[in-house]
Order: sequence, then structure tokens, then C-alpha cells
Amino acid sequence: MQYAILCYHDEKVVCAWSKAEDEAVMAKLMVINERLAREGKLGPVARLLPTTAATTLRKDRDPPLVLDGPFAETKEQLLGFYVIEAASLDEILDIAKELGAANPGGSYEIRPIGYFIDGRKPG
Amino acid sequence: MTDRDWMSAVLAAARPRAVAALVRYFRDLDTAEEAFQEACLRALKTWPGNGPPRDPAAWLVMVARNSGIDQARRARRQSPLPDDDRAVSDLSDHEGPAVERIDAADYRDDILRLMFICCHPELPATQQIALALRIVSGLSVAQIARAFLVSDAAMEQRITRAKARVAKAALAFETPGAIERAERLAAVAAMIYLLFNEGYTAPGPGSDDKTALAEEAIRLARLLLQLYPTEPEVMGLLALLLLQHSRAHARFDANGESILLADQDRSLWRKPLIAEGLALVDKAMRHLRPGPYQIQAAVAALHTRAASAEDTDWGQIDLLYGALERMTPSPVITLNRAVAVAKARGPAAALDMIEPIAESLAGYFYFHGARGSFLAELGRTKEAREAFGRAISLARSPAEAAHVRREIDRLAVSAARGNATSEGVEK
Repeated sequence: MQYAILCYHDEKVVCAWSKAEDEAVMAKLMVINERLAREGKLGPVARLLPTTAATTLRKDRDPPLVLDGPFAETKEQLLGFYVIEAASLDEILDIAKELGAANPGGSYEIRPIGYFIDGRKPG
Repeated sequence: MTDRDWMSAVLAAARPRAVAALVRYFRDLDTAEEAFQEACLRALKTWPGNGPPRDPAAWLVMVARNSGIDQARRARRQSPLPDDDRAVSDLSDHEGPAVERIDAADYRDDILRLMFICCHPELPATQQIALALRIVSGLSVAQIARAFLVSDAAMEQRITRAKARVAKAALAFETPGAIERAERLAAVAAMIYLLFNEGYTAPGPGSDDKTALAEEAIRLARLLLQLYPTEPEVMGLLALLLLQHSRAHARFDANGESILLADQDRSLWRKPLIAEGLALVDKAMRHLRPGPYQIQAAVAALHTRAASAEDTDWGQIDLLYGALERMTPSPVITLNRAVAVAKARGPAAALDMIEPIAESLAGYFYFHGARGSFLAELGRTKEAREAFGRAISLARSPAEAAHVRREIDRLAVSAARGNATSEGVEK
């Protein structure tokens, strides 16, 4: 089963990290990422730019409406995501806990993936 | 990150919102700051055991308000003046749920007000910045003093004086109207840009403290955009800072001498900052409400998008600076435009363009440097050498002077070859 780990965190807190703090977190995560990649479990990983760079397309009307900002004004924002191959919910939870220890605060939403295209590969 | 690092990041993130709400509540900077400090101390004691509250800013405001009120009560008990009940009972009247006091609609204006307090027009620019770093960002006096290369005592005095001056200024605590809000936004944006420019520095001893100022300016601009996510000029401001800061590592050579934009190693430009800056420029443009920060950001974006200096779209930069000139006429903008004109339309047109500003920029290093380059390109070597000589006499650092000396050397070489090159003023 492939799972998506959606990474939510309070952007104000993450943006308050100094460059050194940010780099320290990223370095810790990278160690885990590299191991998961060696084990053939790691799919695409993305860290999103801040929500101030986001644009929302409301497509519930015609013509669609383009708005500044993320879809929802919530306390925590979607800041990134992982796609990871795991045998079970237990395994993916273990991986998420390990990632979480390297990057405390916020929450991970774990969503099984129903349909996945790696757009970079032909076919 | 340890628990403590994590908590200090949470406290730092909550600070502007919490202090801003407390300033509205207490209507006094010092009281608000002291109360916030008290609340932070309590947070450091209770959060590790109980876990952080769901809304740290609201928690801090509630605790700080109570501690401020306690202090007022104690002060009242110590001073046996009669008829002094009013102030305190007024405060007690406001004791409602903290969350309600800092609801979403108010806190944007609270933070803007807090930033605006620091932009008092009577305060010199350096005091505005120092005050903002102390009050909004929560930097220690020692940290600010290091960045400004002055003693702690001198900075303490500077901040105290600035606070005394803003305390005298009557500030409206009602919700600002649309025009007032726009004025405040403009003043705050200008202060953030000043702060960013303070952080512009060559690597060397103390440069980390300076660079921290640029990063703090980016943080404040991002905060402002979080508060006003649909303001194109705020997008422009953040984009401008990000795009300029993306070149920070490429701007100086190993000896600390500045490297002009054209000569920078573009692989050293920081891509995540560029990506965010370009995204913001695109977003801002859609609003069709251009302003000075958006235009400067658009210029920076054109430099960034060019694969090499030769690929730069100088014609477009000429047009953008033309628009900026009409919006905010200034000889320095004309000079920047002339550099683009030299590339797009030739050095003769550029020289014509800077003729009318020669008098007002007579004491400006970059004016004579650029004029020398235009003259050199036209083969007017003798005049070029005079202009470069004037630039050297106006240089503010050995690096600036060294740069012009290299121009003069090139002049000698290219005169020998019967060929000349030009350089811009932009970095």
C-alpha cells in the first residue's frame, strides 16, 4: 500500500525558526529519507512554499474564481507531503513517528493513496 | 530541536500577536512588554509538564493580562491614594475570555498598530528599526547593539529614548479606517525595507548579526503578508526582499569585495528564495495595482530569470524603471534606469538621461561610477577617468574604491585595445 503523509504545522512557528534551526530539522529528516529511499519505500517528497505564495482556484462556479492564499484559513497549514510505500498502517505510523521525532510540533495526516502517477516516467 | 528550542520558537512566533493585543489592552508599551515577559516565564514553567496550549498567543495574552492586573492591584495597595479605583476596575471590566479579546478581526490591526508605533515620523530611521527589533521581534538589546555595532549601553539609551518619544505621541486605538490602514501599511513597509537594508553587509566579523537583520525583515514582511494576504504591494515587498536576499552569498568575493550583479556566480543564488519571490511577483501582477515595491520586485525578477547577465531583458527593465520614476520621482531611480538604458539603447542615451540629475547626485559614488562607465563605452577615456576619480573620492569603503580602480585599469587596457566595457550600479 502507498500512503501519503500530509504534514501540517503552524506556519508562524515554522517561519520563526532561524535558518540554523531549519537546517538542523532538514538534516535530521534527510537521514530518515535516505534510509527509506535505500529500502525502496520512499516516493516523492515535497516541502511546500509558505501559504502566502499560495493561490486558490474556486471551481464551484463558472468562470472559476482565483483567490490569494490557501484553500482554508486554519491554525495549521499543509506545509509538505511524503509518498511512502508501507506494508501496513502500523508500519507507516512507525515511519511517521520517526519523522515526527525529527520535526516536532504540528501533525501528520496519513492517507492511503488510491491512485498514483509518477508524472516524470513515460507510460 | 530540543523542547526548549521548540518552545522558544513557539514563543517567538506568538510574540507579535500577543504583545500587539497587550498594547491595545494596556495602552502602554512598557506595561505590555513586562506582562508578556511574565507570561513567557510562566509558559516555560508550565508548558513542559502540561504540554503547550492549543493557541499559545491567546494563552500568553490571558496570563499576561492577569499578571498586569495583579501588578496594578499591588501598585494600588502600595500607594494609599483614594479615588484611584477607576483604572483598576476599568481593567477588570475587560476580563473576558482571552480568545474573544484577540479575535481574528482585531489582531491584524493590533499587529499593524504595534509595527506602526515603531514608525513614528519623528524617529530617525535607525531608531525606528531598533524599536521594531526590540518590540515586534523581541530581540534583546545586546543582539540589536551587536548588529548596529554600538555598545549595549548606547543601544539601551537609544531604545529608551525612542520609547519615550512614541509614548508621547497620541495613537488612535480604534480600528483604523481604510485610508489610515493604507497609510500605516506604507509606513510599516518602508520600515521593514530599511531594516532589510541594514542587513546588507560583506562577510566578516559581525556579519552574522547583520545578516540576521535581513532575515528578520523577511520574517516581518511575511507576517505582514499573512495579515494582509491580498495586498499586492505587500506581496511586492516580500518578493523584493526574497529576490535580493537570494543573492546574498554571491555578492561578495573571498576578500569581502562586492561583486556586481553582472559578474556574480548565479549558481550561488538561493533557489527556494527565488521560487517564493517569483511566485509572489506573479500573484501581485494579477491584481493590476502596481506600486513601487512590486515594480522593484519585477526588476529583481527579470535579473533572476535571466540565465546570464547578457540574457537580461534590459528593455523591460528600462520600462519598469520608467514607471517607477513616474510613481516616485528620484534621481537615484533615474540613475538605475540609465544603467538599463545604456544596455538597451546605448551609452549615449544613458548619458543624456543622467545629465539633468548631475547636480543633485554630485556627491553620490554610484553616479560618477556609472557616468564613467558610459563615457568609457563611448570612448571618451579622459572624461571617464575624471568621473572614476571623482567616484573614488566619494567611496565609502575600500571595496568600493577598489572596484572603481579596477574600472580604471580596464580603461587603460581597453584604451590600448580600442574597446571598452561598461558596468552597472546594481548589485
